[in-house]
This record gives sequence, structure tokens and C-alpha cells, in this order.
Amino acid sequence: MLAIDNAALAGRLAGVSAALEPGRITAICGPNGAGKSSLLQCLAGILRPDAGAVTLRGEAIATMHPRTRAQAIGYLPQDGEVAWDVAVRSLVALGRLPHRDRGEAQVAAALTALDLDHLADRPVSRLSGGERARALLARVLAGTPRWILADEPLAALDLGHRHSLLRHLRDAAAGGAGVVLVLHDLALAMNHADRVLVLDSGRLVADGPPADALDVATIETIWGVKARWLGEPGARALLAG
Amino acid sequence: MNRPVVVLIVLLLVAVPLSLLAGRVWLDPEATPNVAVILAELRLPRAILALVIGAGLGASGAAMQGYLRNPLADPGLFGIAPGAALGAVASLSFGYAAAPVLLPLFALLGAGGAMALLAAIAGRTGGIALFTLAGMMIASLAGALTSLAISLAPNAFAMSEIVTWLMGALTDRSWNDVLLAAPLTLAGIGCLAMAARGLDALVLGDAAARSLGMEPRRLQFWLIAGVGLTVGSGVAVAGIVGFVGLIVPHLVRPFTDRRPSQLLLPSALAGALLVLVADSLCRVLPLVTELRLGIALSLVGAPFFLLLLLRMRRGLL
Repeated sequence: MLAIDNAALAGRLAGVSAALEPGRITAICGPNGAGKSSLLQCLAGILRPDAGAVTLRGEAIATMHPRTRAQAIGYLPQDGEVAWDVAVRSLVALGRLPHRDRGEAQVAAALTALDLDHLADRPVSRLSGGERARALLARVLAGTPRWILADEPLAALDLGHRHSLLRHLRDAAAGGAGVVLVLHDLALAMNHADRVLVLDSGRLVADGPPADALDVATIETIWGVKARWLGEPGARALLAG
Repeated sequence: MNRPVVVLIVLLLVAVPLSLLAGRVWLDPEATPNVAVILAELRLPRAILALVIGAGLGASGAAMQGYLRNPLADPGLFGIAPGAALGAVASLSFGYAAAPVLLPLFALLGAGGAMALLAAIAGRTGGIALFTLAGMMIASLAGALTSLAISLAPNAFAMSEIVTWLMGALTDRSWNDVLLAAPLTLAGIGCLAMAARGLDALVLGDAAARSLGMEPRRLQFWLIAGVGLTVGSGVAVAGIVGFVGLIVPHLVRPFTDRRPSQLLLPSALAGALLVLVADSLCRVLPLVTELRLGIALSLVGAPFFLLLLLRMRRGLL
């Protein structure tokens, strides 16, 4: 269980509480500036809330050894920065840093899981956007974390890569990992998340199964857009306006 | 051991004996009189000092570029070299340099002062931008104070001595200098090695690095200690020797997998080789007076820097 209790962060979060379960995909949604990335970074232990606490299995992550925390929680930032033009295999191997081992088996497994074997020796500068996103996710998977926290991992991906990456995240959740995603695309959250947290101005305004948390009334209140859901559960599209 | 390290060690094994023989007078082990004394008291300490200083500057440059995630970063950015230079210039200006041990000690005090100031300003937050700006501010302040010391020099001789010293050289250095610089530089490289994992994590940016267990303040501590000891001890015994920390990581990087941790050892070896070869060439060149090492490296380094900028403009880096 990864839990955040009454967390406040000046100008970004105002008393957010949620207990997240492993083995599920939880989406964090909300308009720009709602505090989604801040919440994710608090859960990852990168930001420390001014008030409140984040706990992993009951232990405060603020007092955990950073390496122990890093072994348990993998975080994928939105910007996808890679400062030096390392090869894909070296990039993925960075996921083993908290374990202080080469973790060749885990690196190989992560490369295979994301169909990167044939690109293992290619410099990241020569990857397409989709390949790069897969390599960055493989870096997280190579660390075999119990929690995968990703900030907009699907942004800038085409439809095929988006669904391929979602399949990998679903596989990770099926394998027992907790997956927490910041998503702008409400249809993706509706169709692929098990639970959705909706934030607005740093407050948690809805929390529950996607059909409840993202009902049309909430969308109109929070995003200011009249919209309706079309299609069947699991394959819904949002029609706005 | 990977290939660049092996190649660099082989090159050093060839360069060191050649450097011992090279000079205004080439040594012939069988014909030159007093060859043993010249080797033991002049050439050997000078060669070892070149290796030590070069290794320290190379490793510091690699660490700095890794930390700032910028191929144009240089150990001078932290203000530690200008701080050390200010200490040395103060000792020359006050006339304390007559005792051979005082100048390096003043330089080390200057480096230590710059390190302490840097840690006091930037150490609390661990933020990279504040750290860099603090380093630039210290470099600027130390540079201004150095200029002030030069302008207030008591006589023309002292001024000339200061300016000459600032140019950096290994002329007439002794075993005392080696005994001062070598342990400090080795300790500094050890500190940089402690920063290696943190530098690797920073490849993915600050937030991802923190999520991988990188502790910003701990990383800064090892960097300040590592760069401070290597650069401070180098400046203390040889004056300002620029551009090594900038050039060497670039020369070595294409032969590594480009992770900062993999660049530290090859950069140390390549830095040692570059300074050794440059110093040997300074001795060999048929000039009226020996070319100062600092000037020689700047003459090579500045065009290299320009080339680097042009390549970056074309997106080749």
C-alpha cells in the first residue's frame, strides 16, 4: 500500500489523502496546474510535502533510506531527459543504480519486454519518439520496482505505441506492481485505469472507479466543458462540446 | 578493464620514459654527465607532477560535465581554481613566497575558502543552478581580488612574479611539490569516484536521479571535496593550468559508453597524458625561454573550445 495522508505543498497541494493498492492502474487526472505532477513526485519521494505524510507499507518514505525507497518505487518523469547520448542498454541499466548491481538479467528482461532487443546498442539520439519512450519505461522496469509512477508516459506517442506501452503497464500491474499514471487524456484514464483520482487546484475532488470519478458532471465542474461519453465500457470516447 | 583504459595506460608507459629524456638537453643515459641526478631530482618529479595534475584536472572535468550535464563545463566554473590562485597571489604579494612551502599552503587555503563558501551558499538546497551561480560568483570575486592584489603589488618584481606564476608551469618543481600534490589529488579522485553513481543517475535529469536514490547534498559534498582537492592542489604547485578539464572528457567520451562514471578513469589517464606531453613539448620547443605550460594548453584549448561550440551549433554533440 502506497498512501498519502493529508499532504500539503505550498501553492500546489492542499490536504490530499489517498491509499493506493498494488496490482492496479491508478490514473491521476485534472486540469493544468491542478497539482498532478506534484502529487506524483510526493508519492515518489522526490518532493517532501510541507505537511502530511507519504507511507509505503506503513513506513514513512521521508525517513526511508533513499536507496531502499528507490528500489521500491520507480519514477518516470514527463520530460524524458537523457543528458548524454548513451546506448539503449546503458540507459536501461541506469534502472539498476538503486540495487548497485549490473542486473544483467533484469536489464535483458526489460529490453525484451519492451521489444528493444534489436535497438540495445543504438544511441538514444537515433531513436524515434516511440522507441525512446519504450526505452525510458524499460529503464524503470529494469529496477523491478513494486511501484511504477509515470508522469504523462503516453504524451507524444502515436496510437500504436500508446497502446503498446499501456499493454506493458497492464502486464506490470497484473504481475503485482502498483501503477500510477498522470494522464491528460481522460478517455485513456476511463478505458485503462482501475481507479481515477481527480485533482483541482491542489485538492482531491473525485476518487473512484473511472466511470464514477470521470462522470460528465465532474468533467463539467472541473474542466468547464460539457461532454458525454460514447461507446462501451473499455472502449469509450469523450465527445466534448 | 575496458579498451580506452588499456590504450591510455600503454600510451603512458611509452610517454613517461620519453618525457624523462626530453628537454632542452636530451638525456643520453650513457653519455650525459650526472644523468642520475638530473633524472631523480628534476625530470622525474616534474613528470610525476604533470601526471598527477593532469589526472586531477581530467577527472574533475569529467565529473563537472557529468554533474552539470553540459559538455562545456570546466572545473574552473566552481571558483576553486581562482580561489587557489588568489591564495597564491596573496602569498606572493605579501612576500611570503620566499619560504617555498608557504605559497602552496596559501593556495590550498584559498581553495579551501572557495570550497567552504560554495558549500555554505549552495550546500543547503542541493540545487544545481544555485550551485553553478555560486561557483561563478566566487570565481568572479576571486578574479577581482587577484587583479586587485596585482595592482597593489609592492614593486615591479613582485608584479612580474605574480603574473608569471599565474601562467602555470612545472619548471623547477621538486619532490616537495609531488609530496604535497599527489596525496591530495589521489584523495580528490577518490572523492569523485564516490560521486560516480550520483552522476550516472543525473543522466536522466534531476527528478529521475532523486527517484533513483541520488542524494543531492551528498553528491555536492563529494564533488566539492573532489574538485577542491584535485584542482586546489594542482593550482598550489603549478599555477593555473586551464582547458585540460574541458578538453579531455571530450576526447575520451566517444570511446566510452558516455555514462559519467565510465568517463572518470579514462579522463584521469588522458589528462595525465595530455599534461605530460604538453609539458615535454614546452621543454623541447626551441624558444628563447621555456613556453609556460598554462599558455601552451590555452593556445591548444581555446581553438578546441571554439570547434566544440561550432559542432554544438551543428547539433553534432
